[in-house]
Amino acid sequence: MKGRSKVNSTLKYDLVVIGGGPAGMAAALEAKKNGVGKIIILERAETLGGILEQCIHTGFGLHYFGEELSGPEYAHKFIELVEQSDIDVKTDTMVISISKERMVTAVNNQDGFIQIDATAVILAMGCRERARGALDIAGSRASGVMTAGAAQKFVNIDGYMPGKKIVILGSGDIGLIMARRMTLEGAQVKMVCELMPYSGGLTRNIVQCLDDFDIPLKLSCTVIEVHGTERVEGITIAQVDENRNVIDGTQEFVECDTLLLSVGLIPENELSKQIDIDMDPITSGPVVNEMRQTSLPGVFACGNVLQVHDLVDYVTTESQIAGLGAAKYISNPNNDDSRYAFTKGGDGVRYIVPQKVNINSKEEIKLYFRVADVYLKSKFVVSVGDEVLIEKRKQKFAPGEMENATLTLEMLEKIKENDEIVISIKER
Amino acid sequence: MFYDVAIIGAGVIGSLTARNLSQYNLKVALIEKGNDVACATSKANSGIVHAGFDAKPGTLKARLNVEGTKKMADVCKTLFVPFKEIGSLVVAFSDDEVETLKELYQRGITNGLDADSMEILDRQALVKLEPNVSPDAVGALLSKTAGIVCPYELTVAAAECAATNGVEFLRNCGVNSIKFENDMFILSTEQGEISAKYIINAAGVHSDDIAKMIGDNSINITPRLGEYALLDKSVGNVVNHVIFQCPTEMGKGVLIAPTVDGNVIVGPTTVEVDNKDSAAIAQDALSNVFKSANKSVPSISMRNTITSFGGLRAHDVTSDFIIGSSNANKKFINVAGIASPGLASSPAIADYVLEILQSIYDGELEKKSDYNPSRTEPIKFREMSDEQRRELIAKNKAYGRIICRCETVTEGEIIDAINSPVGARDVDGVKRRTRAGMGRCQSGFCGSKVMEILSRELNVPINEITKFGGKSDILYERTK
Amino acid sequence: MIKEMICVACPLGCQLKVTLDENDAVTNVTGNTCKRGVEYAHTECTNPTRSLTTTVKVEGGRLPVIPVKSSAALPKGLLFESMSVINDTCIKAPVKIGDVVVKNILNSGIDILATAPIDVCN
Repeated sequence: MKGRSKVNSTLKYDLVVIGGGPAGMAAALEAKKNGVGKIIILERAETLGGILEQCIHTGFGLHYFGEELSGPEYAHKFIELVEQSDIDVKTDTMVISISKERMVTAVNNQDGFIQIDATAVILAMGCRERARGALDIAGSRASGVMTAGAAQKFVNIDGYMPGKKIVILGSGDIGLIMARRMTLEGAQVKMVCELMPYSGGLTRNIVQCLDDFDIPLKLSCTVIEVHGTERVEGITIAQVDENRNVIDGTQEFVECDTLLLSVGLIPENELSKQIDIDMDPITSGPVVNEMRQTSLPGVFACGNVLQVHDLVDYVTTESQIAGLGAAKYISNPNNDDSRYAFTKGGDGVRYIVPQKVNINSKEEIKLYFRVADVYLKSKFVVSVGDEVLIEKRKQKFAPGEMENATLTLEMLEKIKENDEIVISIKER
Repeated sequence: MFYDVAIIGAGVIGSLTARNLSQYNLKVALIEKGNDVACATSKANSGIVHAGFDAKPGTLKARLNVEGTKKMADVCKTLFVPFKEIGSLVVAFSDDEVETLKELYQRGITNGLDADSMEILDRQALVKLEPNVSPDAVGALLSKTAGIVCPYELTVAAAECAATNGVEFLRNCGVNSIKFENDMFILSTEQGEISAKYIINAAGVHSDDIAKMIGDNSINITPRLGEYALLDKSVGNVVNHVIFQCPTEMGKGVLIAPTVDGNVIVGPTTVEVDNKDSAAIAQDALSNVFKSANKSVPSISMRNTITSFGGLRAHDVTSDFIIGSSNANKKFINVAGIASPGLASSPAIADYVLEILQSIYDGELEKKSDYNPSRTEPIKFREMSDEQRRELIAKNKAYGRIICRCETVTEGEIIDAINSPVGARDVDGVKRRTRAGMGRCQSGFCGSKVMEILSRELNVPINEITKFGGKSDILYERTK
Repeated sequence: MIKEMICVACPLGCQLKVTLDENDAVTNVTGNTCKRGVEYAHTECTNPTRSLTTTVKVEGGRLPVIPVKSSAALPKGLLFESMSVINDTCIKAPVKIGDVVVKNILNSGIDILATAPIDVCN
């Protein structure tokens, strides 16, 4: 579904959403629901849906829809809503630049060169996978080394097997899901290696993707070399110590023809850098307020571009906040009676989104955060100075599972401008 | 298949030589064992056009380096290859090393460099030019005529020019044996028998193996592996010149240099290896590279690395270029031992080889009337202004579809890369010609799309598309 | 006999110790935090099931395969055989989400359903 436009003229939209995955779609729909007139979604793939199109496994939508859906099913619930609305969509369209004045430049092979003057912009570009180049893996540049997501696309969209004897580096969910997928399609997954002493993925996936198929999970283990001149013929693994340094003598050769890498996701903020917005070095995403507005008024961010999520359900709710924020901005761009307090990760908490909250907010504010390690029988504490606002106990906190805490209006009244709201993990 | 001249090896030397020969009415074959031009040394080196003060005076290296660097700007301009004369700095960390700088300066003069093209700088002047240089640096030798070029871009451009002028490029054509009968060489190759009146041996790390095929044992190549790190464009301004450290017997040592595309290249290590067909990097390669490089610029870090790679240099035991008619057969011209400063010397080497051929040729070499010294200017969408982009897309919609987001490479450019004379046949070939896959995500987004385009343009199933030819398959069977 | 397993009923992932008698019937479950753990232990020991998601070949569409899922969890032992059946199946575009791709697979009473739509493509 592509909007028509005249080449050589600048289009005008109230809202431009960059990225048509679950984040962009939810944000656009919420903005429409809240009265925004002209909205356009610009998507670089050939269809809407984002990365969900290739995530054919189930587990999506348990929170948001109360159903267990596959990625494509989750995406299509929103694609249908977008198609039924008057939100314009351009697919196979790449945004190549944005300016501080919110002029968005994009290209595609139908309309050609497109320039859009936007009142507000929502950044929903998602994230990319960390590649081999960023890892210190020795050896040749033989074919057969790729990211787990790239393999997922080959298998689930293109319908080809990228390998037969596979080693997976990284036990995050993508690596675990691909272990199962490749095995079901007839490949031999020899092992999953994980640098850390714990797996980054959901326990459920360890059971259903590894244990079910007797695929060993090697913790504190990494791949240090790739062998093979033309195609991968094997890899060398090694144990690492508590500082993640290789323990000499533990090197072991493993025969295989494919190495899949599932070693981290990086928010795709190249466009964000063009407009010089404040970035959070820990999330690698923009600094935002409770409406997901970045440091540039009228520019919002949501989804994996803001912080890497584990559950798409939270992407949807976060993006709806951004859509609402954009709608409010568009109807009243000069309104700013916001007074901010700042969030800060304390002991055991790596980061909190949003990084700043308006204490004058008329709605309660949900804070999302990630812990730095696995904590058992602990509690998280939300405090301002000595005052404890929230305390919540849990059996288990894990880095791979995003947590949240809600600041009620009562609590917001207790917070003053420039206060630091700290979330930390404490023993019970 | 009969040729006047068979050039063995389609690296930068073979390709520039082929271009030179294509000026004449000669039937020339450019033979390559790989699936593309520039698939060995020429694709994996520092890309430095050395000024020429480093080479030992009186050697071929010294003479051809200085000549080659003088010719580089013109050759690159004619072939639409970016060349940047950014200058180099050999940094000294002690008084002893400052003395070395003075020796290098003198050597430069001896080798034919202009005195005013070089200058010894004190620390203050050095820091003005390079604010990120180590606090331990005490001075440097500035050489203004040094520069940077993309070695595989130069190779592709030269090969395209040669092909446009009639040179035949034969890929996947490894040479197994050579006979000499009835005044003709008969080469037994992977593509069948080829006969040629003259052979130019530009076979890189294999040049000694090729020479041995005609009984010439004068060449002795020790492959030297150089391991490199390539840094993200976001740190592209960390240095403004090529930064060297003082040279040792193993070579010029670890350098830090901008690339013409805005990255930073760090390296190489120098490791003598046995395997001529493997440029695999060792486990401590990157940490060695950075340990050394941090001596000059402490702030660069492994964290900024987007990729690392290795390249083999064809070092001959004589430590010099071996260029000349073989003693075993006058009509067999060796162009061997082309290690550093091979790239800088390449235009001069190509001219020298032509001179040698002219001197041994039976008869007169006739110049073509329609020789075109250039090639079709490649389109680089990423470098165009908005207005130029608008016009380009209006003319051809394929340039409106961006395939590689990180480097802003369009479908049109990829199609051009596949369909140009000496076109790309594999993913790495597309990468070298267009930069698709060289960005931050390292082909995470564009990888499958590039394969789809190759499959379509070459009319082969997508699972026959390889990374770099041979057995470097990417996909196996269909799932269903 | 005592069998160890991780309960996957919720993200907690309790480490269960399940006691089985000589007829392989579950007599005791410890390590669980809630009763879902007991239910899970029983099912896992008597009739473990897993939902299956994969792709099926499609003709006439823009893509060569579309994603499918089992309408309910299949007996764990039938997974690979089900894959064979699905891999031997070919459907024609157009397809809607929920269309039955394989009915009553391997007599399990469970269907394989399309989870993404695909239009006819020229």
